[in-house]
Amino acid sequence: MTRRLPPKDVVIIGLGWTGSILAYELARTGLDVVAIERGPWRDTASDFNIGTTPDELRYGIRLEMFLRPKQESITMRNNPSQTALPIRQWGSFLPGNGVGGAGMHWNGQTWRFLPNDFRIRSHMIERYGAAIMPADNHIQDWPVSYDELEPYYDKFEYLAGISGKAGNLKGQIQPGGNPFEGARARDYPTPPLRQGYAQDLFTKAATEKGLHPFPRPSANLSTGYTNPYGCSMAPCTYCGFCERFGCANYSKSSPQTCVLPVLVREPTFEARTNCEVTRVNLAADGKTATGVTYVDLQGQEWEQPADLVLICAFGLFNVRLMLLSGIGKPYDPNSNDGVVGRNYAYQTGSGSTGFFEDARFNSFAASGSLGVAADDYNSDNFDHGPHGFVGGASITSAYTNARPIGFRPTPPGTPTWGGKWKRAVHDNAGRVTTIGAQGSVMSYRNNYLDLDPTYKDPLGRPLMRMTFDYQDNERKMANWMADRCDELAKAMGAKSTQVSRLVGPWSVVPYQTTHNTGGAVMGNDPKTSALNRYLQSWDVSNVFVMGASAFPQNAGYNPTGTVGALTYWALDAILGKYLKSPGPLVPT
Amino acid sequence: MPQTTRRELLAATALFTFAAHAALARTVSKALPWSPNEAYPVPPVLRGPWIYLTPAEAATIDAIVDRLIPPDELGAGGKDAGCTVFIDRQLAGPFGGHDWLYMQGPFSPDPLPSQGLQSPLTPRQQYRQGLAALDAYCKAHFTGHGFADLPAADQDTLLAGLEKNQVKLEGFDGHMLFATILANTMEGYFADPIYGGNRDMVGWKLVGFPGTRYDYRDVIANPDKPYPLPPVGLAGRPAWGQPT
Repeated sequence: MTRRLPPKDVVIIGLGWTGSILAYELARTGLDVVAIERGPWRDTASDFNIGTTPDELRYGIRLEMFLRPKQESITMRNNPSQTALPIRQWGSFLPGNGVGGAGMHWNGQTWRFLPNDFRIRSHMIERYGAAIMPADNHIQDWPVSYDELEPYYDKFEYLAGISGKAGNLKGQIQPGGNPFEGARARDYPTPPLRQGYAQDLFTKAATEKGLHPFPRPSANLSTGYTNPYGCSMAPCTYCGFCERFGCANYSKSSPQTCVLPVLVREPTFEARTNCEVTRVNLAADGKTATGVTYVDLQGQEWEQPADLVLICAFGLFNVRLMLLSGIGKPYDPNSNDGVVGRNYAYQTGSGSTGFFEDARFNSFAASGSLGVAADDYNSDNFDHGPHGFVGGASITSAYTNARPIGFRPTPPGTPTWGGKWKRAVHDNAGRVTTIGAQGSVMSYRNNYLDLDPTYKDPLGRPLMRMTFDYQDNERKMANWMADRCDELAKAMGAKSTQVSRLVGPWSVVPYQTTHNTGGAVMGNDPKTSALNRYLQSWDVSNVFVMGASAFPQNAGYNPTGTVGALTYWALDAILGKYLKSPGPLVPT
Repeated sequence: MPQTTRRELLAATALFTFAAHAALARTVSKALPWSPNEAYPVPPVLRGPWIYLTPAEAATIDAIVDRLIPPDELGAGGKDAGCTVFIDRQLAGPFGGHDWLYMQGPFSPDPLPSQGLQSPLTPRQQYRQGLAALDAYCKAHFTGHGFADLPAADQDTLLAGLEKNQVKLEGFDGHMLFATILANTMEGYFADPIYGGNRDMVGWKLVGFPGTRYDYRDVIANPDKPYPLPPVGLAGRPAWGQPT
């Protein structure tokens, strides 16, 4: 039997970056806020303890911090003619779980998208004509511009203490920064991380090729920092245990380091952990949410009424919760109609691994965001005319880790075991470095999310079904980028290289990236977007949905910087407009 | 909240069962729920009898891991590095039962390669059934000898045949058996020694990995220089008087 709890002003589903920021900012205005999180509470001292956390097997391979597929998985197929099967073991992407969410296990690369990324459809057609647009694309302009988001990017960067070097201060190009970035009002709050030997070689090689390398922005901080909320962080020690791990040094920006210490002190805030929201409840008219229903670990079902519902889970699970709750019309690729599940996108990865004769890269001395990037081939920073594809990639020389279960590269042709393998592993250790291209993925009619007809979670609810493959546009782009990476690896002095291209269908193995975007996108047209420009549901006006699920398509960058900016952008609308006069913020 | 209760809570989250236990959902307000000395170390693997493997299975794995990672001038082979101990203890834990994975049916007979793991068999079942099939194959093809009794060259040929899917075992996917053992052997050789493999940090020495030192600001400050310190694990290092 469902037990009904006393009502709250605000219920927040998921306590990661977006949930914790909104919880703090709303609770400090005096609103009664409850955050409901399906995973456990996690703290630095107890859960990311320095005596236990540098453990590759436990956290990096067995994935102790992540959502267990047993609790919830996703089914997957490459196109609508196939039968989707459950991802039984995470591979290509790793959804987080517990307080901190993806903001706890991330590497910390914190980008702003480029001004063109927000109007990529209009921009590409204006410059190249409609013929450059790929077949069956759903590429659409964002309903916000870079200039509108700039103050909110700034807010998130100062919350997180991001270490970097400005490339464009109020329109003035700055030496050593990214000359392609949109104008920013002020520099990053902390200076860039130090770089490794490979990054020195890359900087030299890229500069000689006429590119514009710069240290990429990092949430692993170069120095101590106290953010505007009063939360303090310590300098990164380059331990090489960032992604998949919590940080024992208080050096990686996360809800734990940047928000939770002040959030829990707010007297009107409360978190309930190990409680899974099963649906957002709607009033009889279907246009108002009345709160949420959740299940605790003992299987007891609770109803939490609330005036405002903020869906702040990982993007994929935001979409599933909307589908399960009947918020917005589900997308149907046959009729090309409906919006929830539409425009799922991802990220391309390609590059070149260079094998060197006598370098000592020491890439175990690493950080999730340590790296030098060049954006000359990102977005529309270069002439796409000769190439016939839309989009681009950030090209990077990075040291994220050299943890040896996952990283012990050998040259092409080396056996996978035996004496020759062992010799090659030994001889190449420390002499290998990779140049990677992380690229955009556009949105398409047949890349989408819906509910699976067969497979269910332990509560009996349908799993979400992901239908996705890279399209010709992305393959062309990523493989062109791989060749650019290979040129750079050779220019750095690699004796031999191994080029990594996008070949074959997208596979759930091996790990690629957890930059899953779209499915509940923001837009100006309710026929092609689930949310309006303030991340408010077009259909249920007291529901706002945060996260990368709002991206109309993905850019050639990690998503978290933009997720943070959108959160503060939506918060401003909630505080400045919605709470004063609840209802749709954009007329339909 | 006492530490034991918190552990149970985490364990319960891991399994997401609704069986009766002490764990309750938790409410956090007013202060971080943090207690002094609260941490969750893994229990170190101790030497001793096999927990899951039979002695015959362990002997076969000893032989296999010593061909996958042979002993040579670069360091110990898989057997002396403790890879079989590692595999035995992993099979006895949540990994061995695929306890955290999505194991609900139906299981498709013809999954796409892009759909990844789709077998209903847990690692414990894979090792038990796969090693039995390998043993039967060896006895049928090598005049009654098991894998461990074969000359190294025959062992290598057989392993290469399994890897390339050219050797067909009766009733078991030999390629799957090979892939599972290879992955677990590499895990054992390169994981922290606290899990029973990587003895004396032989795997880390092979690749120059310093382990859990956690602070390399001096390395970053001195590019292209050799790293001077030996590796350290979660339980310290043998020179500090720690058991290995």
